[in-house]
Amino acid sequence: MKFGIVVNEGPYTHQAADTAYKFTKAVLEKGHDVHRVFFYHDGVNVGTRMSVPPQDDRHIQRNWSELAEKYDLDMVICIAAAQRRGIMDENEAKRQGLDGDNIAPGFRISGLGQLIEAGVQSDRLVTFGD
Amino acid sequence: MNDMPEDGGGVVKKFLYVNRKAPYGTIYAQESLEVVLIGAAFEQDVSLAFLDDGVFQLVKGQNTDDIGVKNFSPTYRALGDFEVTKLFVEKESLAERGLTEDDLMEIMYEDEDDDWEEKPSITFVNKSELAAIMADQDVILSF
Amino acid sequence: MSILHTISKSPFQNQSLSSCVAHASSGDAILMIEDAVYGAVSGTAAAAQLAEGENISIYALGPDLSARGLGEAKLAEGINIVDYDGFVELAVEYDKTQSWL
Repeated sequence: MKFGIVVNEGPYTHQAADTAYKFTKAVLEKGHDVHRVFFYHDGVNVGTRMSVPPQDDRHIQRNWSELAEKYDLDMVICIAAAQRRGIMDENEAKRQGLDGDNIAPGFRISGLGQLIEAGVQSDRLVTFGD
Repeated sequence: MNDMPEDGGGVVKKFLYVNRKAPYGTIYAQESLEVVLIGAAFEQDVSLAFLDDGVFQLVKGQNTDDIGVKNFSPTYRALGDFEVTKLFVEKESLAERGLTEDDLMEIMYEDEDDDWEEKPSITFVNKSELAAIMADQDVILSF
Repeated sequence: MSILHTISKSPFQNQSLSSCVAHASSGDAILMIEDAVYGAVSGTAAAAQLAEGENISIYALGPDLSARGLGEAKLAEGINIVDYDGFVELAVEYDKTQSWL
């Protein structure tokens, strides 16, 4: 079965990004497909590589990046939400005249259409938020 | 921006956007509306539900001049231009909050199948009717 | 078509749980995750509300119960405990998922 996952909250403040990660991992380990993970609202903040949590805490961004690498996941950060919150890839940073980018490995920035498309293409769309 | 509709394989699904949060205090209502507008290009069968604090999104007379936040409420009135014409508002949620139908914005659309007659986009439904609408969907997006 | 409803907030904080129960149809399931698992505790108004649903299966996410120190003995009758695998199985079993955010 094909899943779409929506993450609506950022890391650490809310548990949503953790639950979404555990759920997505379980989906993949059970042999299902994940069409896309879409990060919206403050969820886009999961995709910064500048996060440095304490040694004894989980590294939410790295967990997602490693999951993406292992399963070739498509992890999309909403561009409109990302621009508001300062999550940039190289192209976007250049286009906006900013001095650097901060997107983490395995994430890509794209439009809201990718969320709708995930709803159309997936058998199940599961949302995690506050 | 890569917001061009992708190939949905001609699939038309019933999408319901569930709005349960008030505007301005948090960004959810505004960013939900942005999804609805982008989603309109995908030619899916779209409905919006407003219940609980979500009914506050449609209250008329919103003026945000003094809070420094964009007033996005006029956008609801433009939804008809995007062929988003099914807005379901829950009666119990209104009543619990001291609101009546007259407290909400008038949202109309032109029905192309009926000689472009102007019709209201909002349908007032009770809890059990809304539950049936939820049950009837293929995809439910909550904000 | 059947719905798996998920709730993530404590019923003592907001109305999500009661609103969810009021909109769930016969044949649906409700899964409490994160802070919503406090609604599974026996003797609470939330647990009583959940029990009123006719032909609605009630689940709570085990890892979230454990994290919050809620053992099985504290839970109301009729609440089924699932882990993340069980969450996935529920999402597969029911036609669609609705998150009460």
